[in-house]
Parts: sequence; C-alpha cells; structure tokens
Amino acid sequence: MRLPLLALLARGPAHGYELKQDLEQLLGSAYPQPNVGQIYVTLGRLEKSGLIEGEDVEQSSRPNKKVYHLTDAGREALRAWYEETADEPRVRDEFFMKLALAPQTGLADQIALINKQRRQYLNTMRELSKLAAAEDRDNRIAHLLIEGAMLHLQADLDWLERCQEELEDLQ
Amino acid sequence: MSESTAPVLRAEGLVKTHYGEGAPAHAVRGVDLSVARGEFVAITGPSGAGKSTLLHLLGGLQRPDKGSIWLDGECTDGYDEARWAVERRRRIGIVFQFFNLVSDLSVADNVELPALLAGVPPKQARAEREALLEELGLTGKERSIPGELSGGEQQRVALARALVNHPPLLLADEPAGSLDSRGTREVMRLLSRFHQRGQTIVLVTHDARLASAADRVISFFDGRIVDDAALDGGPSSGKGISGVLELKD
Repeated sequence: MRLPLLALLARGPAHGYELKQDLEQLLGSAYPQPNVGQIYVTLGRLEKSGLIEGEDVEQSSRPNKKVYHLTDAGREALRAWYEETADEPRVRDEFFMKLALAPQTGLADQIALINKQRRQYLNTMRELSKLAAAEDRDNRIAHLLIEGAMLHLQADLDWLERCQEELEDLQ
Repeated sequence: MSESTAPVLRAEGLVKTHYGEGAPAHAVRGVDLSVARGEFVAITGPSGAGKSTLLHLLGGLQRPDKGSIWLDGECTDGYDEARWAVERRRRIGIVFQFFNLVSDLSVADNVELPALLAGVPPKQARAEREALLEELGLTGKERSIPGELSGGEQQRVALARALVNHPPLLLADEPAGSLDSRGTREVMRLLSRFHQRGQTIVLVTHDARLASAADRVISFFDGRIVDDAALDGGPSSGKGISGVLELKD
C-alpha cells in the first residue's frame, strides 16, 4: 500500500479518507476495499520515514484532519518505483510441492489433487466473472484488474491440465 | 419415462475411434453423461482430448462406434442422417468455432433458413429472426453477408440461427475459439443470459473463463471424463477472489 499512496499524493495534497476514496474509485468493486485504518497506519509510517509530511487543518465542527503532501524524498522513492520492473508472478509453489510429494506419502492421489485444485480455481473464476459482470462497464482499470486475475487463473488451469496429461500417462 | 422428467440429453457407453493414417485415435473411450433440463454444462480439456468429437456425437454429426444417445428420453439408435438433420433443426441448436454461416446468404436469410426448413410460416420466421437479431444487438445488419461482419458479430448470427427454432438443447463447440477477448466476453454474456431463461446448454471449450459461466464443469482427458464438478458459486476453500485480486507493494 505504501507506493500506491505516494503515487496518489503525487497529484497534490490529500487526507487519508480522500485517498481511500480515490483508490476505491480507481479500482472499482474488484479490489478488496482498502481498510481506512490501514491507510492511516501506512501514512504514519510514510511520514516517519520522511517520504510525506502531514499538516493539521482545522475544521469548524469536527476534529482536525491531517493533509499530507509528498516530500522530495517521497517523489524520489516514487521515481525509483517507476524505474524498476515488477517481479514475475510465482508458480503456485505450495500446490506444486503437494503434487510432487504425493506419491511418496501414499496419502493423496495426484489426479485427485489436481481435480480438487481445479474445482477451486473454477469457482474463483466464476466469482471473477460475476464481479466483471457487476462492475461499471466504463471503469476500464477495474476491468483490466479483473481480466488480469482471470488470465492468471487461466494459466494456472492450463498448467493443471499439463500436469494431468503427464501424470495420467504414468498411471 | 415422461418427456418432462427425462434428461434433455443422455449418453451411455459412447465410444468413437478415428482411423486415419498411423495409429487409431481413441477420441471417445466410454462416456456416460446426463444433462438435465435447464442445465449449463461445460466440457473442458486440452486440445486433442476428444471433446469436440464428443460434442459431434451428441449432435449426431458423427455416429458412435458403440453406445447410445437419448434425446428427451427417446433413444436415437435408429436415427439415420435425415432424421438427425431434422432433430438439429427441431431439438438441437449448434454453434461452431468458425460460425459455419452460409457465406452468400444475408444475415437475415441465414437465421430464417432453419425456421423455414422446419416448416415455420415465413411471416413467423421473420418475426423470430427480427426478435433474435434485436436481442443480440444485430439490428441493422440484416442485409449484410457474413463476410462483412466481425468474428464476434458472425458468432452472434450463428447463435441466432441455432436458437431460431427454440431447441431444448444448445450445443456449442469452442464458440469463442476464434474470437478475441472482447468477443469471448460477449459470447459468455449471451450464453449466460439464455441459460438464465432456461436454455439447456452443453459447451465444449478449452477456455476456463468461458467454462466458468456454466454451473457444471466436466473435465475431459484422453477420451474420458475425469472430473464432473458442480460450480456452486459459494466461497471457495482458499482465499479465493480476494487472494487473486490482492495488490501488494
């Protein structure tokens, strides 16, 4: 959450609740709603490390709110973030170890493991489809997020298929 | 068995082997399957697993070496080509990966043809066609020929053609196989919509996104059913959706 908050502040100063709303609007219902407490905690940490600065703004009928802005160090951190490419997604390593070790344990059948895992992925895929159908058509970012998740899941399902092809031949 | 309670489709002991050059290909190796009225079943598996052959057997486009198929409780063992052709107009609608539209007929004629062949009066065929094309967002394309339409549009015409006689069963063979991501979503949305209205659908696809629109997914490997799972739509046992959508630093 740290760098996305910095990125939102690059546009101009904002307070915590505004940032939560910005995130929600950007990502739509697809993204698990950011917890406002978590946002305040992260903002506190960012301030401590000198990447942002907060200023108390008096409000007439409510307690003061804190408006944050990016510091030079914060802008630098953000620039560095954009410089580097992101890590590759990881293989589902826990499932892979289960599958690889199953024959030695005698406790699980590999094909049954694959089938069980596939059912779970398919159910999640179904939930993603429903989410995509419910999401505002015009929110392209939200749709790209859901589509990205679906394509990753599709790749995992394709890989399960490969596992099944190879392992069925052995049985 | 009364018509209303019999499965729309039932198959028992289906076997189909292709003999070509080289070793015989055992495309379907003993398949039992029952599809209830209103069900949406997806058959998934790698290419070459025999799932398209299975669909062709179910639609009478190929004949099994062994086994039998029942439509609405009626055994099809004695059906000849002509009878299957009639059933594909009356009881079974089919859409294919490459649309298989008649290339020199207009969109309107492509959709009306199966209705006219089934003996529907021209006026009614036209009304059915108009309603379906409107529903599928193709109003204004009636006079186009298939080659003038995008892939997604052609598949929607094919869907209209398949449904014009209100067949109890819709078979779809990789209906998004030659479409882009947007076309795939469109086909998915339409299949879901017809399903919600009670259309029974059997879909063959290697695309898990498409398969996840179904409420039952059959995994097909090497000519056999290896898993048959109802998608309950309930929360999955893992982290599910929040796990795959979680964005991290």
